[in-house]
Amino acid sequence: MKPINQKAWWLVLPVVICVAFSAVLPLMTVVNYSVQDIISPERRVFVGTEWFAAVMRDEELHAALWRQLTFSLAVLAVEIPLGIALALSMPARGWQASLVLVLVALSLLIPWNVVGTIWQIYGRADIGLLGAALAWLGVDYSYTGDATDAWITVLAMDVWHWTPLVALLCYAGLRSIPDAYYQAARIDGASRFAVFRYIQLPKLRGVLMIAVLLRFMDSFMIYTEPFVLTGGGPGNATTFLSQYLTQKAVGQFDLGPAAAFSLIYFLIILLLCFILYNWMQRVGTADREGAGHE
Amino acid sequence: MFAWMVWTTPVAVFFGCIALMLVGMTVWEIKSPTSLRKGFLPIATTRGDRLFIGLLTAAYINLGFIGLAGKFTEWLSLQQEPSIWISFVISMAALALILRRG
Repeated sequence: MKPINQKAWWLVLPVVICVAFSAVLPLMTVVNYSVQDIISPERRVFVGTEWFAAVMRDEELHAALWRQLTFSLAVLAVEIPLGIALALSMPARGWQASLVLVLVALSLLIPWNVVGTIWQIYGRADIGLLGAALAWLGVDYSYTGDATDAWITVLAMDVWHWTPLVALLCYAGLRSIPDAYYQAARIDGASRFAVFRYIQLPKLRGVLMIAVLLRFMDSFMIYTEPFVLTGGGPGNATTFLSQYLTQKAVGQFDLGPAAAFSLIYFLIILLLCFILYNWMQRVGTADREGAGHE
Repeated sequence: MFAWMVWTTPVAVFFGCIALMLVGMTVWEIKSPTSLRKGFLPIATTRGDRLFIGLLTAAYINLGFIGLAGKFTEWLSLQQEPSIWISFVISMAALALILRRG
């Protein structure tokens, strides 16, 4: 079939120009930086793939990548079930529903650095509620001195900040299930668990995919909260990829290795996005095909 | 005007090739529109999808090779690290394979 009208391209042009200046040109610059040793703005030497080799063999980077992956998977393992449970226990209608929605959404409105500060104070043994309460219970807790405590605190902070997003998405998904399904389940005498397993969970698949994608990508790029809370410490226990990159680029001004690392980070994100996007598409298609057979 | 981008010839050639590839794909698409088909990849793909997957694979092959070059030198008792042209050839072969049979 021949395309009839190509005028729509002109409508896309402003976006193309914006993206070119905000993303493509800076990315090209990063590629240029990644193959040069920038000694000063006027003096630079072409080094080929040297920085890539240095970054790929950097043990600290490998450690940061594993930490990052473990953290992102832990975030998903906690936030997704918790979000579903929260959505299931939220009231469906009436003024209670509005009130609970507002309360649940509150943490989402707080800026990242403020979240970090809140938890920094919250966890302190001398003035923080959590820290003081744990000290009172005799638990030896210190997010600045103990790697495991720091790790758990960062995870708890992320769970506190972002589980409401998962809960709200699931809540919206639950509200869109027609009442007829529940009526049919009641007639069949289905248990509460059977209703969840065979009606609610399959119907939530679409929103859960979005929740998984959003939370995975977001937690993979986490920077501000751990930076404010622990500064990446103790030692390197909570230094995630973004923070490691910033240390390289801004702290040490190693622009070449930082650029090479940025490109590798970009490739990792690109691959994960591609896999998750296709997975979502596949699930969507399977859903439609399944609906067609009903 | 673009001095701030600190251009180097190899990067210019690289982006030139990418631009040519995009123009080529557009012309090809206009001349003969692509269709979804299923090859050895787990999903049905169009020509553009296969190019994207192929380029991504090529990037990972080159990165992996650069990362493991030190180990290769050790394992194979080489005098110096193997040339990155080896991984370049392998990655282009992978790109061609994915475009053709993916």
